[in-house]
Amino acid sequence: MARMKFLCDSKRCIECNGCVTACKNENEVEWGIQRRRVVTINDGDPGETSISVACMHCSDAPCMAVCPTDVFYQTEDGIVLHNKDGCIGCGYCLFACPFGAPQFPSDAAFGERGKMDKCTFCAGGPEEDNSPEEKAKYGSNRIAEGKLPLCAEMCSTKALLAGDASEVSDIFRERVIYRGHNDGAWAQNQAEPQPEADLAYDVTQPKV
Amino acid sequence: MIPNKWLTVKLPFHIMPFLSLMLVLLITLSFSGLAQAASPSEAKVAGFASTAYWDAISKGESGRTQSQANEAGQLINVQGEEWRHWRNQWITPAGAYALGGTLAVLLIFYLLVGQNKLDSARTGNTIERWKRFDRAMHWTVATLFIILAISGLSLLYGKFFLRDALGASLWGNYATLCKLAHNYLGPLFVLGLLLMIVKWMKHNVFNRTDLTWFLQGGGMVGKAHPSAGYMNGGEKAWFWVLTLVGIVVCASGLVMDFPNFGQYRETMQLANLIHGGASLLLIAASFGHIYIGTAGTEGALEGMKTGYVDETWAKQHHDQWYDEVKKSDR
Ligand code: HEM
Ligand code: SF4
Ligand code: SF4
Repeated sequence: MARMKFLCDSKRCIECNGCVTACKNENEVEWGIQRRRVVTINDGDPGETSISVACMHCSDAPCMAVCPTDVFYQTEDGIVLHNKDGCIGCGYCLFACPFGAPQFPSDAAFGERGKMDKCTFCAGGPEEDNSPEEKAKYGSNRIAEGKLPLCAEMCSTKALLAGDASEVSDIFRERVIYRGHNDGAWAQNQAEPQPEADLAYDVTQPKV
Repeated sequence: MIPNKWLTVKLPFHIMPFLSLMLVLLITLSFSGLAQAASPSEAKVAGFASTAYWDAISKGESGRTQSQANEAGQLINVQGEEWRHWRNQWITPAGAYALGGTLAVLLIFYLLVGQNKLDSARTGNTIERWKRFDRAMHWTVATLFIILAISGLSLLYGKFFLRDALGASLWGNYATLCKLAHNYLGPLFVLGLLLMIVKWMKHNVFNRTDLTWFLQGGGMVGKAHPSAGYMNGGEKAWFWVLTLVGIVVCASGLVMDFPNFGQYRETMQLANLIHGGASLLLIAASFGHIYIGTAGTEGALEGMKTGYVDETWAKQHHDQWYDEVKKSDR
């Protein structure tokens, strides 16, 4: 059984926000909500690094553990989804989420947040696959069509990877090893700059 | 570069090997297999995930983003997992034990000691104890308290049994109702409680009589009836518990109820823990108050229901007050 995960290669992410736009458009997300975002650390300084982040579909999901109404469920592929019908907009999932993934259409007085919305890994919700109801509440269901999330599919540098955890890690591992990439996805090592080890995947390097 | 946290309050606990472990597993996936790979790249791979960058973001470093959401610049919400731990592993079970334990103690007490009866027959003469306004205020605050307690407890414990009992769709509606009731009646309760505190404070100043009252255990067991004025030591204690803990519950509740001020998640987490803990304490204490006011003491409920109590009751439970009333009558 697949175990779906996202991975963002910070060596490749160029902060183009293509994933953000793709997600917004594909899922026709409500006004004011952005399911995916790109965060740039050290913006404009040496060592600037960007990461695209959305729901990471945690194995032991904190949102699921704190939700007072228990509306979350995990598909057999490990995708964390929720049933908006039962959501009371208490915000607990956002308080618990490590990545700030849950979003709300409002933050009005008396806790009037509206129904929580978050990345579905393009897997819709509990309604019938690709039904108009599902589309309206959760956006598209590409997984049901055998496709991967559009954000990763559209990523121009292939920084953002989505898919089965072992496949994603294989791709990434290969990059790290054969690209001569010093620090993997998460860093640029200031102490040991390697200008030659940038975006290019050095295909001439023999695979040992 | 560490984010500006002027709006937030630090939770009093720190360091989360747990979260780091989870995140390392989740985001970076597992590279354990590579540890054995004897290739020149081994060292490079091993350097992964332990760099200054990873260190900074796993401590909550914020960056720049196009997202307008509150705290969107922060990649990792460091305290979330800890809040989950405290709420789910501590507040939830501790509250259940506190409420269950209090009920059990009251039940055992009732079975062993029974009701505190009137010692002598009723005289048929009554004296006024609570004015109409006091009674209206008491029952308004009490009703709101009970609704808030039931709706609050449903949010904390409902998912463990009510969801299965009601079915997902009915449960969804019930939970929505609870949340609406809680969030809209909460501020009303705040007003009622404040009024009550102001109106009744003068009755509830502790004095020497109360010390003796406590030393004699309030006369709960046996035949002794320690002296008391308009309010006895126990009632005053309940008043002050309700005042102090009640204000904590109200303040933390208001913080959660008005997210329109853009409170940070850490603030909300802390408010939730304080609110949960304090409100459970208050509910447990209210069980004691409700027991003593109804099944526990013969004739006590009459005062708050009709406003009048029998002279026998007044003499037995509030002798000093009875003497005062009689003196001023003459
Ligand atoms: C004395 C009466 C009260 C009791 C017994 C009580 C009890 C509770 C409990 C047990 C919870 C659930 C905590 C959790 O799930 O972790 C809760 C949540 C909450 N309470 Fe109270 N509470 C009281 C008064 C108030 C007041 C006066 C306010 C606001 C003015 C308030 C606002 C809230 C809010 C906003 C939540 C979060 C739930 C949500 O937004 O859906 N509460 N309360
Ligand atoms: S919403 Fe947050 S806590 Fe829930 S699965 Fe997604 S990343 Fe994990
Ligand atoms: S906001 Fe909705 S999904 Fe999130 S914890 Fe509350 S009820 Fe559950």
